[in-house]
Amino acid sequence: MDIIKTDTHINFMGQRKLALVISAIILAIGIASLFVRGVNFGLDFTGGTLIEVTYPAAPDLTELRDTLTGAGFDDFTVQTFGTATDIVVRMPADQGDASGADLSTQVLEALSETTPDIDLRRVEFVGPQVGQELAEQGGLALLYAIIGILLYVSFRFQWRFAVGAVAALIHDVLVVVGILSLFQVNFDLTVVAAILAVIGYSLNDTIVVYDRLRENFRVKRKGTPLELCNLSINQMLGRTVMTSLTTLLVLIALFYFGGEIIHAFAFTLIAGVIVGTYSSIFIAGTAAIMLGISKQDLMPVAKEGADQPDQETEVLPERFRRGGA
Amino acid sequence: MNRFPPWKYALLIIALGFGILYALPNLFGDDPAVQVSSIRGFELEPDLVNRVETLLDSAEIEYDAIEFQPQRLLVRLDDTDRQTRAADLLRESLNDEDYVVALNLAPSTPEWLRALQAEPMVLGLDLQGGVHFLMQVDMDAARTQQLERFVGDIRTVLRQGNIRYRSVRLDRNEIIAELRSAEDRDRAIRLIERELEELVLEPRDGGETFNLRASIDEEILQELQQTALRQNITTLRNRVNELGVSEPIIQQQGAERIVVQLPGVQDTAEAKRVLGSTATIEYRGVDEQNDPFEANRTGRIPPQSRLYFMRDGSPILLSRTVIASGDNLVGAAAGFDQQSGQPNVVVTLDGVGARRMLEHTSENVGNRMAVVFIEHRPDTREVDGEEVQTTRRVEEVISAAVTREPFGRRFQTTGLGSATEATQLAMLLRAGALAAPMQIIEERTVGPSLGQDNIDQGFRSVIIGFALVLVLMAVYYKVFGLVANIALTANLVLIVALLSLLGATLTLPGIAGIVLTVGMAVDANVLIFERIKEELRNGNTPQAAIRAGYEKAFSTIADANVTTLIAAIVLFMFGTGPIKGFAVTLSLGIATSMFTAIVGTRGVVSLIYGRRKRVQALAI
Repeated sequence: MDIIKTDTHINFMGQRKLALVISAIILAIGIASLFVRGVNFGLDFTGGTLIEVTYPAAPDLTELRDTLTGAGFDDFTVQTFGTATDIVVRMPADQGDASGADLSTQVLEALSETTPDIDLRRVEFVGPQVGQELAEQGGLALLYAIIGILLYVSFRFQWRFAVGAVAALIHDVLVVVGILSLFQVNFDLTVVAAILAVIGYSLNDTIVVYDRLRENFRVKRKGTPLELCNLSINQMLGRTVMTSLTTLLVLIALFYFGGEIIHAFAFTLIAGVIVGTYSSIFIAGTAAIMLGISKQDLMPVAKEGADQPDQETEVLPERFRRGGA
Repeated sequence: MNRFPPWKYALLIIALGFGILYALPNLFGDDPAVQVSSIRGFELEPDLVNRVETLLDSAEIEYDAIEFQPQRLLVRLDDTDRQTRAADLLRESLNDEDYVVALNLAPSTPEWLRALQAEPMVLGLDLQGGVHFLMQVDMDAARTQQLERFVGDIRTVLRQGNIRYRSVRLDRNEIIAELRSAEDRDRAIRLIERELEELVLEPRDGGETFNLRASIDEEILQELQQTALRQNITTLRNRVNELGVSEPIIQQQGAERIVVQLPGVQDTAEAKRVLGSTATIEYRGVDEQNDPFEANRTGRIPPQSRLYFMRDGSPILLSRTVIASGDNLVGAAAGFDQQSGQPNVVVTLDGVGARRMLEHTSENVGNRMAVVFIEHRPDTREVDGEEVQTTRRVEEVISAAVTREPFGRRFQTTGLGSATEATQLAMLLRAGALAAPMQIIEERTVGPSLGQDNIDQGFRSVIIGFALVLVLMAVYYKVFGLVANIALTANLVLIVALLSLLGATLTLPGIAGIVLTVGMAVDANVLIFERIKEELRNGNTPQAAIRAGYEKAFSTIADANVTTLIAAIVLFMFGTGPIKGFAVTLSLGIATSMFTAIVGTRGVVSLIYGRRKRVQALAI
């Protein structure tokens, strides 16, 4: 039983101009959203205080706000979180003369005065300097991951592939961040982790296609780079779809059953896997072709050829054993 | 035919056996337990076991076991009801004696597994609930404090050397001493260089005065700041012990930060108060004229004295005048007396303290001088049936030693019982002084209900995601899918085993990492199986297709996984806390999945198809 037809001959490369247009449009929307709506940075980066409490019964938000205003707070937001009984109070880092760490205690006191049996779920306080550092570290992490990958792919393949892979990767990250901005997803540290995982995943997909492309360049005597590219994508299509499917399955499980805190993380990864799959089919090959990849670039040179004998020696003992049996 | 060399089977069996063994402790759950430890981290006396036993027996509280370690004593109980009763009982009788009694959950790992160092995974704060604080030590303030001390020291040195000066004052990061003549200045430089080696001196002429600029040597400054940080950690540890937390973590992070993690603490207000509370020490002269036992018995205390108690409970009368206090304490270090070889504690005071100390000791040679340790302990009292939080001032005399000769800035205390006692005294002295002001710059508190929810939801999503993948693989790849499923299960076992063995902390993002690994781990198998299908389409025999599938897919799998690994390693280097947990599980998952998906499935496939002479078709 083949859910996905394995032996396909879809002319993906023929659609590359269309794909580029689609990508350009999505990117434009994403970037426009980044400029207009911006990213909904979470507490980790902005600094501030967050208090989550569970009420025995759904409280009236307006009353809650009045309580807090009455207690002398003026700059805060009150929202439900997941369920109607779960309440989140957010406050910026500087709030009058109360120092950041004491703020949560005061808010909690004010809230429990009106409803004594509230259950404290969590408190997060991030000082402004910590927020800035976390933002810097997040940015650096993305940068170093991209550089590391660029180096590895250049070393294992060829610089055109590396540039193609990184182009696909930047495309994916931009689209995902655009989507996060569009849906105003709370952008916190776990989302940065998710984006880094998306980088790893997107690359994984791209590398698999490139790997086959390299093999086809070496083995097939006929065919233009474009045709071989198409062939490689088709050959790997079954795998690409299957792996994306299994990954999406677990991510959907995580999204629906993992709880509110992991929501943004799962959402980012779901978006990333879908975009990554698309880009490994439409963008990665196109980028390599556009950079003028040719057979000569991939003919086994001395360094890369060293892989081959290794594989042979692994096969040999098996053959001998078969002879002996 | 596809035969698999026996050593590879052996490797598989060993790896799987190892995995099962070390993943096993996670299945046993926890026992409710009560933990007793020393309030200041001292080693416990072994006879404490007997005392606890007697206490529990007399109150007829049944317990499973009492485990003794020098750092802590653990009483395992059957249920939480007995746990609370035992804790209340032990608290009542032990809390006044410098013991901390805390509720704990002790992993109920069987003895034979513990002997193999097999322990369950440690749960992060987001899973078990608790408080995380990041504290920033104000190093500028620490430097100013040090400089202020040196201002006093320089004045003392100049006065002792009979050098008259106009002023000695603090000017931002320097001390400026104004002297009256160049000769005075030269003498001052010689004297200060000899007495205060930490200072860098630079003569500079003012308008009408001969100025001397002094700053702290950069290297020494860094050392001082490092010492200040360590001292703050010691102080924090002492204070945290007051809270009765079973397994607190207090660590340095970076050059000027301290992480405090208190699992299970829910009352953050109390935690903040205790961390900010102050302990201090006071040096006081001993009243040798009156009998402390008499005063204690009759309640008649001489007007110039106050009644204190030593740590062993015996009374002692001390002068009402404080000679020096924790604010004057610069350092206290345990060591050995160079002449007698006895254990000692060397104490360094600042200028003000040194002057008063010199005055006192000059007049009191042959008399004793005592050190009083004062702290504010949080206390829960029942008033009219309601629990009321108060702090209680606790004062006790931690040492009383005879003054043999006058001394000032630096002096040593000998006559201590052992090197351990010296270390303890030094630690107590240091605990009395917070070296530099601190501020909480990050707080993350997770309540117990959220922690439990996180565990439940995390595990539910792992199980559901895992099940979905198993079904999809079995339906799509048939026999080969089942083989991949065995590998996937083995992979999960190996990840859990490695996490347990490494003592890694499992966090919610860590669970997400496991979930993601489950989804991505099948990728290697998908690659191999798709290749086998392709080889079959190209007209290869089933056996040749299997061989080619595994061989040709290998480099692809390796390349694909290395790139993901790069992302995971970067994440590990830059991430903090929970994010690191995600990176760890992701990296481990990549490594183990390579093994199970390539070597593991190959072994099973060879078992199924390898021995047959002719295979007509593959169920793939």
